Amino acid sequence: MSEALLQVENLTQHFPISRSYTVRAVNGVSFQIYPGETYGLVGESGSGKTTIGRSIIRLYNPTSGTVRFQGKVISGKLDGETREMLRADMQMIFQDPMASLNPRKKVEDIIGEGLDIHHRVSSRQERTQLVGELLQKVGLSPEHAARYPHQFSGGQRQRVGIARALIMNPKLIIADECISALDVSIQAQVVNLMKDIQDETHCAYLFIAHDLSMVKYISDRIGVLHLGYLVEAGTKEEIFSNPVHPYTKSLLSAIPFPNPEMEKRRHPISYNYATSGIDYSLGTEHLVGGSHTVLATDEEFRSWTS
Amino acid sequence: MSAKTILKIQNLDISFRTNAGVIHAIRGVDLDLQKGETVAIVGESGSGKSVTMKAVVGLLDSNATINSGEILYTFEDESGNDQTIDLLRISRKQLRQTINGQHIAMVFQDPMTSLDPTMPIGKQIMEGILMHRNLSRAEARARALELLHLVGITDAEKRFRNYPHQLSGGMRQRVVIAIALSADPDILICDEPTTALDVTIQARILELIKDIQEKMKLSVIYITHDLGVVAKVADYVDVMYAGKIVEVGNVNEIFYDPRHPYTWGLLSAMPDMETDDDRLYSIPGSPPNLLHEPVGDAFADRNPFALAIDKKAMPPLFKISETHYAATWLLHPDAPKIEMPESLRLRLERARKEVEKLHE
Ligand SMILES: Nc1ncnc2c1ncn2[C@@H]1O[C@H](COP(=O)(O)OP(=O)(O)OP(=O)(O)O)[C@@H](O)[C@H]1O
Ligand SMILES: Nc1ncnc2c1ncn2[C@@H]1O[C@H](COP(=O)(O)OP(=O)(O)OP(=O)(O)O)[C@@H](O)[C@H]1O
Ligand SMILES: [Mg+2]
Ligand SMILES: [Mg+2]
Repeated sequence: MSEALLQVENLTQHFPISRSYTVRAVNGVSFQIYPGETYGLVGESGSGKTTIGRSIIRLYNPTSGTVRFQGKVISGKLDGETREMLRADMQMIFQDPMASLNPRKKVEDIIGEGLDIHHRVSSRQERTQLVGELLQKVGLSPEHAARYPHQFSGGQRQRVGIARALIMNPKLIIADECISALDVSIQAQVVNLMKDIQDETHCAYLFIAHDLSMVKYISDRIGVLHLGYLVEAGTKEEIFSNPVHPYTKSLLSAIPFPNPEMEKRRHPISYNYATSGIDYSLGTEHLVGGSHTVLATDEEFRSWTS
Repeated sequence: MSAKTILKIQNLDISFRTNAGVIHAIRGVDLDLQKGETVAIVGESGSGKSVTMKAVVGLLDSNATINSGEILYTFEDESGNDQTIDLLRISRKQLRQTINGQHIAMVFQDPMTSLDPTMPIGKQIMEGILMHRNLSRAEARARALELLHLVGITDAEKRFRNYPHQLSGGMRQRVVIAIALSADPDILICDEPTTALDVTIQARILELIKDIQEKMKLSVIYITHDLGVVAKVADYVDVMYAGKIVEVGNVNEIFYDPRHPYTWGLLSAMPDMETDDDRLYSIPGSPPNLLHEPVGDAFADRNPFALAIDKKAMPPLFKISETHYAATWLLHPDAPKIEMPESLRLRLERARKEVEKLHE
């Protein structure tokens, strides 16, 4: 296999809130992403998905652990060259589009900003052209370029964020819930577009989403996060056809299907960490088979796999 | 029918002034909500779902013009008598004081826009409670904690003093839901309330709202792209396209017997757990730019089944059953008989078979 594009080792991110209270958002998470691959990250709300993304792209300083990107360590102090490489080759599509788009800027300037900073275009005309093309690719029209973010619907705004990330042709895109505000047809269009761009440029995605049918469709490998721990990881087939961890099982059982008669009767498997007797901090990575791993103690592993 | 209509939107028509011209975003929307029931609005991104509901709570952007329509809201006054008012004919201030939050609460699509970034979330929930109810601060605090707990936020005591940016996206979304519920509304409008929630927490929130609905006779409008959620919660479904409702029916009619070609496209685009095609189906073309008024059926250009008349005249709503209507010329008695795409028909058949298996 080729060299990993991104290597996350033992990433930990804690937020001290007060003297007596620290949020342990991410606890010793490790995974790799290879060039041209899509890694899906799923898990409970508040389990640390966004935080992992923000720590990787260095919106936070990791509490501990090492992150390597294109062979360079990017989790410690950054020199100018590494910082520049990071800004050009890694992009993030943010979960909350309204909060991440400058409300006083027109959409063309929001999308074109990266082009200006990295001197990717030689004329205003070229920029307008590129921005227009991207708007069209994400299902908007060049006429939208002159509008401000608040003049869009939620899903249109989300696509502005997607266009802003894609225009830079980065090597890694961290896509945080980037399709959740889109109707299914436009979701399909955007996901197809992301796949096309991947075929063309061999870029990789860290795809964070809660829509499991979409995650299953787009990802090569999947990591399942709960309370800041990576509780299970593997190829999508391994995770979906043979979930081992009780959290993963409960998650998969709760996926709602577009079938009203079935849905109104369904009772998902419940899982309550507090009463389960499981202590994630005691678990270690156990190999289920292939590339399929689960966080467990030896005893838990035996009982979950027997 | 004994059901009572609590909200009735009639012929709502709204446009926006922009630099580029006038955008005719809402083009004659009708919608009914019965007391205690759940309506889901689905449809194209940008079709006008949020704008329609913002009109209900009087929070349209300042560049909006309401060209016509009425929004009739029926509620019980202090002496227990039914009162009906047109929400578009009372002043914004009146609307905000009496209707907003008190009787009709809305959870907005983008949680960050409805939270104050400079105020701890506990305080924000308490303020909502104190505004609508005559409680002491200690009581309001207890109620706020209870609500946080109900929406599944653990360590509610500790989270109380967190600022919005210190919460995850889904936690913020749940705080906004807690604020909406804090006012004991009789209509709850949720605009994409669960987009940032994993399916287990989503199930919990939907259950919570259902519970309150049963206890308090709450009526709910969901705007959502998640057809699984719609299947789970909705009694009725309204399908919107380009500023109009193009199909409405009870949830079974929409999911097992859809009639509008846009609804066909929407249902086809949803990947099910078995999808492993190389590409997902998406409806070809793009939605009409409402800067230019569409002639005829706004969906015609993207509709492989379009008839000649679609390019000339706007189809009326044709009646399919007491509860099921669709605005497509395909339903005209003289139209050629056209069936839904084969792949969709097979998928719906599979869905029906699953249900039959369940009954055996
Ligand atoms: N800047 C911050 N300060 C303090 N706590 C934070 C901060 N950012 C995140 N957290 C906390 O870290 C935890 C993980 O949050 P994160 O946003 O990563 O979750 P998530 O998995 O993305 O959830 P969601 O699916 O709801 O978006 C949460 O408990 C959150 O409150
Ligand atoms: N303030 C505004 N100025 C100009 N146009 C606006 C404004 N607000 C909304 N629009 C336009 O009105 C149309 C309807 O917007 P709305 O927010 O209701 O869509 P929606 O159906 O909620 O879509 P989504 O699913 O993406 O949230 C869109 O085309 C949008 O661009
Ligand atoms: Mg998040
Ligand atoms: Mg909307």
